[in-house]
Amino acid sequence: MELTLWTYEGPPHVGAMRIASSMKDIHYVLHAPQGDTYADLLFTMIERRGQRPPVTYTTFQARDLGGDTAELVKKNIKESVERFKPKTLLVGESCTAELIQDQPGALAKGMGFDMPIVNLELPAYSKKENWGASETFYQLTRTLLKEKVSSSEKISPLRWKELGRRPKVNILGPSLLGFRCRDDVIEIQRILSEQGIDTNVVAPLGASPDDIERLIDAEINICLYQEIAEASCEWLRRNFGMEFTNTIPIGIKNTIEFINEVHNKLDLPMTNKEELEHKSKLPWYSKSVDSNYLTGKRVFIFGDGTHAIAAAKIAKEELGFEVVGLGTYSREMARQVRATAKELNLVALITNNYLEVEDAMKKAAPELVLGTQMERHSAKRLGIPCSVISTPMHVQDVPARYSPQMGWEGANVIFDDWVHPLMMGLEEHLIDMFKHDFEFVDGHQSHLGHTATKTGDSVNSEDKEDKNSKEGIIWTESGRAELTKVPFFVRGKVKTNTEKYAILRGIPEISDETLYDAKAYFS
Amino acid sequence: MSKVEFNKETGPREVFCGLTSIVWLHRRMPDAFFLVVGSRTCAHLIQSAAGVMIFAEPRFGTAILEEKDLAGLADAHEELDRVVNDLIARRPEIKTLFLVGSCPSEVIKLDLATVAEKLNKRFLGKVRFVNYSGSGIETTFTQGEDGALKALIPLMESSDEEKLLLVGTLANNVEDRFKKIFRNLGISNIESFPPRQSTELPKIGKNTKVLLTQPYLSDTVRDLKHLGCEIISAPFPLGIEGSTEWFLSAAKAFKISELKVHEIISPLINRAKLALESHKEILKGKRLFLLPESQLEISLARFLHNECEMDLIEVGTPYLNKDLMKEEINLLPDNTKIVEGQHVEKQLDRVRESNPDLVVCGMGLANPLEAEGISTKWSIEMVFSPIHGIDQAADLAGLFSKPLRRNQILTSKTLVRQ
Ligand code: SF4
Ligand code: SF4
Repeated sequence: MELTLWTYEGPPHVGAMRIASSMKDIHYVLHAPQGDTYADLLFTMIERRGQRPPVTYTTFQARDLGGDTAELVKKNIKESVERFKPKTLLVGESCTAELIQDQPGALAKGMGFDMPIVNLELPAYSKKENWGASETFYQLTRTLLKEKVSSSEKISPLRWKELGRRPKVNILGPSLLGFRCRDDVIEIQRILSEQGIDTNVVAPLGASPDDIERLIDAEINICLYQEIAEASCEWLRRNFGMEFTNTIPIGIKNTIEFINEVHNKLDLPMTNKEELEHKSKLPWYSKSVDSNYLTGKRVFIFGDGTHAIAAAKIAKEELGFEVVGLGTYSREMARQVRATAKELNLVALITNNYLEVEDAMKKAAPELVLGTQMERHSAKRLGIPCSVISTPMHVQDVPARYSPQMGWEGANVIFDDWVHPLMMGLEEHLIDMFKHDFEFVDGHQSHLGHTATKTGDSVNSEDKEDKNSKEGIIWTESGRAELTKVPFFVRGKVKTNTEKYAILRGIPEISDETLYDAKAYFS
Repeated sequence: MSKVEFNKETGPREVFCGLTSIVWLHRRMPDAFFLVVGSRTCAHLIQSAAGVMIFAEPRFGTAILEEKDLAGLADAHEELDRVVNDLIARRPEIKTLFLVGSCPSEVIKLDLATVAEKLNKRFLGKVRFVNYSGSGIETTFTQGEDGALKALIPLMESSDEEKLLLVGTLANNVEDRFKKIFRNLGISNIESFPPRQSTELPKIGKNTKVLLTQPYLSDTVRDLKHLGCEIISAPFPLGIEGSTEWFLSAAKAFKISELKVHEIISPLINRAKLALESHKEILKGKRLFLLPESQLEISLARFLHNECEMDLIEVGTPYLNKDLMKEEINLLPDNTKIVEGQHVEKQLDRVRESNPDLVVCGMGLANPLEAEGISTKWSIEMVFSPIHGIDQAADLAGLFSKPLRRNQILTSKTLVRQ
């Protein structure tokens, strides 16, 4: 049993709903009690979709349990097929139905329909949303393409040359409730087409079962979100020899690397390489003198695997931040996140527990948090500015304007979204210079007002209550006065370090001088 | 009652389960914690449907069942013990802990009553444990409150004092208003259930006169009746009419003259009528379709027709207790079509056919209907907003006039130029 006050991912059948809702001509019959229909609002409210998810819930009740719930399943399947006439039917169960073992998928297959039926077995007590989405997409791909496996030859990435046309690729992984997927697809398609590459199919977002059957008309697959598409890409490689890309085009360097990877795979000559660097404003904005203040800003990153890894790289290499924490809730991507963390001399935080994340965040004392909707709340409580980079998200993270994360425009968006919560360059200098002016009270942020000064103080409420350390070390008047001059976001850290230093040296009283000694010692 | 047409429907539903009521119950009793024993779905439901996102550390959580808990019930009990210990260590201020059953915990027959009993012994004098079910196989949306209240009844001590007991969660300001009005009427001993602190449960007995504030409390009412309480039959205090009748019924039970009631509340009524005017202007003659969700639908239909002059196309309700709703149904206009239960697809077909001006529905359906050009109002707002009482009548009407007003603004002037 796991105690949760907040969960980063929904159950696996919600992942399946993400695939079904992303696609056309598909219907999902979900054996589930009435309350599970709440999942619809994730799509209609958070994503502001004007359509209901194509899902029929069987709505079984306690009084049905003694009787024949299997009949209820069949009735719902029949009605759904008649009403919605899907080209492919997904059948599955939610956590409760899994326990009563009606096997709705098998029931559906026995009903004599002539459309493909995908039987989804998604273990609700051990797996979660992203896994469910990935498995659903994989099962769907497999079901729709398995008859073509034996008849088809391996697909060469160079086939386009033989056929005398532009190379074609599939873009796999974007789905509803993914982070800015819709805009990412537009951006990536544009970049590819500039390079003379055509998009064959985008899936699951906007695809129909017919499109899935057409996947093998492309030469390679672009695995855009590994959480969702990697399993399908692997299967397509095993069975059709289709290669797929590994680089996620988030950030300038990754985008260039991505374009490179695609060209290499397709054996396409890379054109005007140096021009690529100028496609986005990020490099120049990052270089401009106002950005000087960004140097070494301490940033804490937590999110899904894909976005957390990308964020770490951009933060360090493209914005000149110092990454002081990196983690993910995606256990499936723990290995990659650990590797990235290691390169940064960090130990990755792999957890589902937001309180652990909050603790780590507090300890790392960052100046900026890049996280999910939950980290937005934790950061607010700690008085630290935050930008959301990953699901789970709030309705405001589905903006009306075009705001991809990937490609050139994505890099622009990232520069703005991450940097705006911070103070701007000259502004920070001025505040520093005039910080003794009475207007600049402790914790003053900027006219942007993203963080409340009140909550900023609350980080230190602990310090205020217990002015002296637990080990019996006393802070003198001068020591305490000096400590309050330290910016609030690192104050906790400075306090612990100074005390550590005092203990080490056997100093019983901490004065302003001790604080400076400690500072020198630890730097 | 013959003037009302009753229909029953079965099929796929689109309503929340009883877990959702935790969201207002935990606001009402800040010293209580609601621990759902369920699945990741249950955890995801309360966080999504109820916007846990807005609470830093909510007073509710989920003990998520995992593979190994399903394997052996003994282990599940042990695990639950561990989770409860952790929770109480973390939140020492908790006085009452509700163990809330869910569909999975019921299907595997996890005996939360026994667990609660054991924990009660262990934490005697520190924390009280009660259990109820908010599962979607047993309860819809607001029925969870019924379960929670029913679970508290055995903890209520007895007293033969004459008192008025208001039953059903109210917003604090509404509760204060009601108490003041009752005091002016001459009823001074008034208590609320649930109380503002879970530990301050009212004492009840044969001189307790129960006045319901919510229509979804069948089980609670039955148990109170068994313990000798007198149930005052009344419509619900929504709108001027319902609230007036509600006060009158209470006064009658306390042998207070009707005249006195009118004397006290008529200034309120006049004020409320004035406030209602501007909303009525918008709502009048508009056609209303209520999909089932909160069980407030019948009372709302009565208010919106009788006081705001809307036309009723269909009044859906997830569940109908004809006994409790008797007074409400009597006030409905002739030929009102009530549909109990749901087949969401067929109902939506009827919505489209009847082309209503406004549909009251759950959150999952609202935007899709808006996209079809049909104005909607979320049911969930009704259970979160202070809508009870004469003073709130205009606010209640406002919840329905706003979407229509918005529609007018957006279509007639700014967006679509014809
Ligand atoms: S319907 Fe059942 S399984 Fe679903 S959220 Fe409600 S209690 Fe949990
Ligand atoms: S908490 Fe935020 S995202 Fe969730 S329902 Fe409320 S406004 Fe929407």
